[in-house]
Amino acid sequence: MATTVQEAPPAGVNLDVRNASRRKHPWRWLSALVVLVFAAQLVTMLVTNENFGWDVVYSWLRAESIMRGLGVTLMLTVVAMVIGVVLGVLLAVCRISANPLLRGAAGVYIWFFRGTPTLVQLIFFYNLSALLPQLNLGIPFGPVFASFDTNTLITPLLAAILGLGLNEGAYMAEIVRGGLLSVDPGQKEAGQALGMTNTRIMKRIILPQAMRFIVPPTGNQVISMVKATALVSVIALSDLLYTAQSIYNRTFETIPMLIVVCLWYLAVTSVLYVVQSFIERHYNRGARHQPASFWDFLRIRPKGSAA
Amino acid sequence: MSTAVLRARGVRKSFGHTEVLSGIDLDVTSGETVVVLGPSGSGKSTFLRCVNLLESLDAGRITVDGRDVGYDVRNGRLHELAPNEIARRRRDIGMVFQQFNLFPHMTALENIVEAPIAVLGEGRREATARAVQLLAEVGLAGREKAYPRQLSGGQQQRVAIARALAMRPKLMLFDEPTSALDPELVGEVLVTMKKLATAGLTMIVVTHEISFAREAADRVVFMDDGQVVEQGTPEQVIDDPQHERTRAFLSRFL
Repeated sequence: MATTVQEAPPAGVNLDVRNASRRKHPWRWLSALVVLVFAAQLVTMLVTNENFGWDVVYSWLRAESIMRGLGVTLMLTVVAMVIGVVLGVLLAVCRISANPLLRGAAGVYIWFFRGTPTLVQLIFFYNLSALLPQLNLGIPFGPVFASFDTNTLITPLLAAILGLGLNEGAYMAEIVRGGLLSVDPGQKEAGQALGMTNTRIMKRIILPQAMRFIVPPTGNQVISMVKATALVSVIALSDLLYTAQSIYNRTFETIPMLIVVCLWYLAVTSVLYVVQSFIERHYNRGARHQPASFWDFLRIRPKGSAA
Repeated sequence: MSTAVLRARGVRKSFGHTEVLSGIDLDVTSGETVVVLGPSGSGKSTFLRCVNLLESLDAGRITVDGRDVGYDVRNGRLHELAPNEIARRRRDIGMVFQQFNLFPHMTALENIVEAPIAVLGEGRREATARAVQLLAEVGLAGREKAYPRQLSGGQQQRVAIARALAMRPKLMLFDEPTSALDPELVGEVLVTMKKLATAGLTMIVVTHEISFAREAADRVVFMDDGQVVEQGTPEQVIDDPQHERTRAFLSRFL
């Protein structure tokens, strides 16, 4: 046999990838420099520009009225999200049910609430009395058991909860539906073959697996909701923004008050980001890909990357 | 005298314009292992899925242990049952899938105890003890806490078999249980299934493993084009097939 014997690679410490010199990244250094210059400019402006009114910001930051506004904002977020999630699960289950009537009804609901602006819906609910002066409880076309004056029943708070919650339900429905559809149909069949009821299969088999696909976008929805509650200031509900507005309408310290508002929104959303990352990890049990650690965004060289 | 666990008469099923089952008659008696052979698309998997109503029938009738899975007989007519009643009747029919279909968010043990606790109302301790025993029987003692993705395909399929057995089924359906496995893992699953056949479990096995049919089957059924072409003992059907279609199919395995 006449094969050419390949020359064996020379043995040596230096020809081991462990000792290879790493690739240089001149552009990273250059871009870092540019970013630094901009950052320095920003800091200088923050410190030297007196229009920020940092002393005013500090004095109002934890004022009682602001805290009450923050409380309303948080309460609205929680209530609207709870309504949204419950409604979303129900709508999603209707949307994929075998009953064509339920499917159609859920579809129309989602079409309407996603197709009109939240702001318009809020104002609509606020002015519901102009459309329906009386709200009656009774048998359709039959006797009425109780009757309410719409104006006293629909307070700005209820209008806000209805507007935000019903709107959120439509968006959550699509998120939940996507999650449910992402679970392999074989899972349902396995449950059926074991004699489990559809409700049980949904609760124990499908929903827990769908959670992995539902939780991350729901976290985003919560964060969006925190900010969306600012819309209720148009219907004179004293949330964080409306409270700040009513203060600067008096004192004309517009910018400092808006900064107070921004700082609080940022604080709340930052906490929510952390919570979201922990919940995500919880639902990833048994999954192939574990999510990145929350603090990974601080790493310059991501874990496991080659360069 | 052995009794019929499964009785199928004139079962028909179409998907769109394609008729997949064109009148299947089949009886399976208690303790019998029936292996269904046939080319892909012959309707054997569909027939198996009709038995526990994962697919509905278009015509004909299937009874398991004397009862229709999806219907009640009243006044000489069949009446469709509500979903929860169908679920109740599926308890006695175990099924093992080609893709295992283990619940990935549960450990091997949790996979097995889920239905006995939820469906049969067994106590957790009792169900757990039995699950541990079943895992040992399929050769997976000590893997109770493993999640499905931490197990090989063969191990996952054996957990799936244990999960089905935990319901104490009167009839077990195996839908190509080794088709998704790497060749070197097929053996361990077949050994487990042979043990069950020997132990007297009533089984219908859809498979392409001719050697399993030869060694474990009491009866071999050959299906093609939505019909039962011939059936008999493994010696009759595999070694001395009477029909041209059976011969053509088997020749590919020789």
